[in-house]
Formats: sequence, structure tokens, C-alpha cells
Amino acid sequence: MTLDTDVAATDATTAQRTKGATPKLRLGQWVVATPAALPLLTFAAILVVWEASARLFMIPSYILPAPTRILQGFGAVDAGRWAQHVWATLRVALTGYGVAIAISLPIAIGLAKSRILSRALYPLLVVIQSVPVVAVAPIIIVVLGTDDAPRIVITFMISFFPLVVSMTTGLMATPPELIELSRSLRAPPHREITQIRLPYAVPYIFSGLKISITLAVIGAVVAEFVASDLGIGYFIQFSTSMFKLPQAWAGLVILVALSLTLFQLVSVAQRVFFPWSLPKERT
Amino acid sequence: MIRAQAAIELQAVGQTFVTDTGPLTALQGVSLSIAQHQFVAVLGPSGCGKSTLLRLTAGLVAPTVGQVSVYGVPVTAPREDVGIVFQQATLLPWATVQDNVTFPAKHKRGRVDAKDRARATEVIDAVGLAGFEGRLPSELSGGMQQRVGIARALFLNPEILLMDEPFSALDALTREEMGIELLRLWQSSPKTVMFITHSIPEAVLLADRVLVMSARPGRIIADLPVPLPRPRTERALRDPEVQDFAAQLRDLLIRKEAA
Repeated sequence: MTLDTDVAATDATTAQRTKGATPKLRLGQWVVATPAALPLLTFAAILVVWEASARLFMIPSYILPAPTRILQGFGAVDAGRWAQHVWATLRVALTGYGVAIAISLPIAIGLAKSRILSRALYPLLVVIQSVPVVAVAPIIIVVLGTDDAPRIVITFMISFFPLVVSMTTGLMATPPELIELSRSLRAPPHREITQIRLPYAVPYIFSGLKISITLAVIGAVVAEFVASDLGIGYFIQFSTSMFKLPQAWAGLVILVALSLTLFQLVSVAQRVFFPWSLPKERT
Repeated sequence: MIRAQAAIELQAVGQTFVTDTGPLTALQGVSLSIAQHQFVAVLGPSGCGKSTLLRLTAGLVAPTVGQVSVYGVPVTAPREDVGIVFQQATLLPWATVQDNVTFPAKHKRGRVDAKDRARATEVIDAVGLAGFEGRLPSELSGGMQQRVGIARALFLNPEILLMDEPFSALDALTREEMGIELLRLWQSSPKTVMFITHSIPEAVLLADRVLVMSARPGRIIADLPVPLPRPRTERALRDPEVQDFAAQLRDLLIRKEAA
């Protein structure tokens, strides 16, 4: 069955290459041919309607600031200060994410290799996942103090579960024949993990990595809401408490941009380093 | 001395698996002996324990009762001199043809040296894939992928080749072509082959001997020499005597499947 889809995928890529070679497209064709065109146009239309209704109905900016007012909100603090906020959030998000990856990988290997460990540990992991991180965040801050440590722990808690699940699923997705091949070669057991199971898990790991990177940003922001004096989350909370909604919105826009950029970086890393792991294109 | 001894020998082997719905007897009282460099097809309906038979011989599972020996030595673990070809090629999708073929060396010893690469070139050439060394499995057809699977099994130059319905995922034409190719390989470098299949023409075309198995619990119900001289071509399958033999096999299979 896999053989057929592979052949179909090769056909699909060739077909796309020929399609892309057609010169001189008109607007209509451009919209159809460029995947990003339609969502971009839709977004632009929403902005226009938003701006127009904000002005027309004179919606106060503390309820819904017009896009142009949000743009002005970016000027509330200078670029250097923005960079400090962004860096504070980014640092916590990435560190928590890194810790989550470092901890979930050995756990996933354990879960995949040992049924006993899987039975012992999995329910506990589900319990940890079921704890609402927002509710537990204040407790963690009290226990761990007010520096980066509690924020990293909160970020870790929110982002590690999808990683464990996707890694474990991936490690178990290896065709049993390859494990038999490994056994028939009497290879050292660690190579079954490094040379067969882990590479096989790469597509699964990346879907987990993509979910978790956006969760890590959420984790960092939640931590900043609870206790911090720097970071985009802090900035948004501070701005709303002063009813400076346009600049809070500006912070939100930066946060979305940050999330999207990180997500894209993970996707690009997969495309560059593991091109074979991408889902096959279909016609 | 080795010649006098059977390459593969099973004595009263039985295999029972514990499943959620209770014990499942896959094999019962299977005894067989395969001489060195003999090509034996194991023919049977699906789910009759053919694959279990192969895995027992490979040392991947231990029999519940009885004994499996290779060259007179009881099999307790996988052996170095046994190569396996699976139903699906199960190649590593991230590795090139070359790297898939040298994978046994990399997996066993952690590295691939110049000698391994030379050996890979040799077996890749032998299965007719010269020029495709740098391709990824996804760029190959099903037949070509299985050629890589065969090259990977031949890479360590095994004395015994165990093949688990290796061509069953291929279309009929490719299947026949691969059979002829396999015979050519086997004749140029003789090996003891245990070839699992559920295709009567395939068994007749390839094997010296056909072992027919019953439905579960799998037992060997017939052990017949194939009345067809070598070298063989697919044309020989139309010979009336061969057709009679195939019909005889079919009767054995159908009777047992209906029962």
C-alpha cells in the first residue's frame, strides 16, 4: 500500500513543477496559484472592515481599537524596550521548550521500550497533563521564587505532554520487521533506538515539536501574568490594567508574530534536515 | 562433513501463542529437513503459521516444543549466516539504496568501511540496481524496493536465505520477473532457501521441493519434489506434467482450507 502512495507522490511533485513553470499570471490566476494569496486577501479585507467599523461606529479604543490605533500602540515604548520584553518571553519559552524536549525524549524511549514502565508512568503523565497549568502557576511561583526558574517550570509543564505522546507514538510506529532485522543482526540494543526507532519517529516528533513550541509561548506568557516585571505577557497585563488597550493589542500582535515565527522555524528545520519525513503531497 | 548434514532441521516443533482470547496453536508437530543449497517453498493458506515457521528458523522466536537446528546446532538466538527478506521491503525511508544495503554493517558494527561499500556495489549490481545507489526508497517502484530488500539480505553473504512471501506485494508481472531473477541469483551463488508463499505457480517455478501446510494449527501435510528441470523459465509452467503437479498442490490446499 505504501508503495502506491510513494509512486503517486513522485507523480504529484513532477506535476507541480510543470505547473509552476507557466509564465505571466493574471490576478485571478495568481490568487489560485499562490497558496498564501487567499488567506492574505481575506486578512486584508478583515482589517479594512475592522478599521471602517471602528471609525464609523466610533467604538472606544478600550473596547476595540482600530488597526491604525494598534499601530500607534507600537510607539508606546521604544524599540529597545520592546526587544527586552521579547527577549524575556523568548528566553523563558525556549528554555522551557528545551527542557521539555530533553525530559520527554528519555521518558518516551522508556515508555516505548518497557510495558511495565509505560503502565507505571503513563497514568501519572496524564494526571500532570490534566492539572490546569494556569491554576498551578501561582503555587509554583511561591515555591520556586520569582526568577526564571518557576517560569521555565510552567512552560515545561504546558509543553511537554504533546512531546511525550508524539515521541512515544513515533518510537512505536517502526515496522516490526525492522526490529526483527535488528535482532537477527544481533546488534547492540541502543542502535535499535538510534538507527531505527528514532529516525522512524522523526515525523511524529516534529508534529509534537510544532504543537509544543506554540504551547511553550503560552506557558511563558501565563508565567509572566502571574509574576514578572518584564516580557510580552507582563507588558500586556500591565497595559490592560492601565486601560492602554492599543498598546496591549500591539503586544498581542508581537506575541502572535513570535509564535508564528517559532512555529515556522520548526517547520523549516524539518524541511531542511529531514526532507524525507514530510507528508507526501497528493494531487 | 557439512554436506552430509541438513542445513535446516525441525523436530516435532510446536508453537503456541498466548493471546487475549486464550492460547493459539500456530504450529503443531512440524518436522522437516532441508539439505544444503536446496530451494524449498513452504506453501500454505494465510494464517497457517508459515511466517512463524520462518521466524523459528531465524531464531527470532523460540518454539514452545520441539527443536530447531541449523547445521546440527540448536537455534537459540539469531545466527550470523541467516539472511531474511520480508513481505514488505521495509527499507529505511531516509537512507539511499547504498545505505540501506550497507545498513546491516552499520547496525552491527556501528560503521561502514570500504570493504562494505565494495560488497554493496557487488550485491546492488547482482540484483540489477546498478546506477540507483543514490536513490531514496520513495523514488523506486515496489519491485525495485524489494530488490533492495534482497540485496540487503545478501549483503552479509548468508548461507541460508529465509524469504517471507517476498513478492506478494508486487503485481503479477513483476512477481514473475523477480522469481526468475531470484533463481539466477541462487544459481550463481548457491544458498539454502526457505521460501514462504501462498502462490502455487511461484512455488512450482522456484522450488526444488514444496512443503504444503494445513490451515491452523499449521502442520506439514505434503512434501513433494517439483518435477521440473533447471534452468527454469515461466514458459515451463505450461508443461502438462507441471500443470498436473500444480493441480495436485491446489487440491491439497483447497481440501485443507475447506476442512
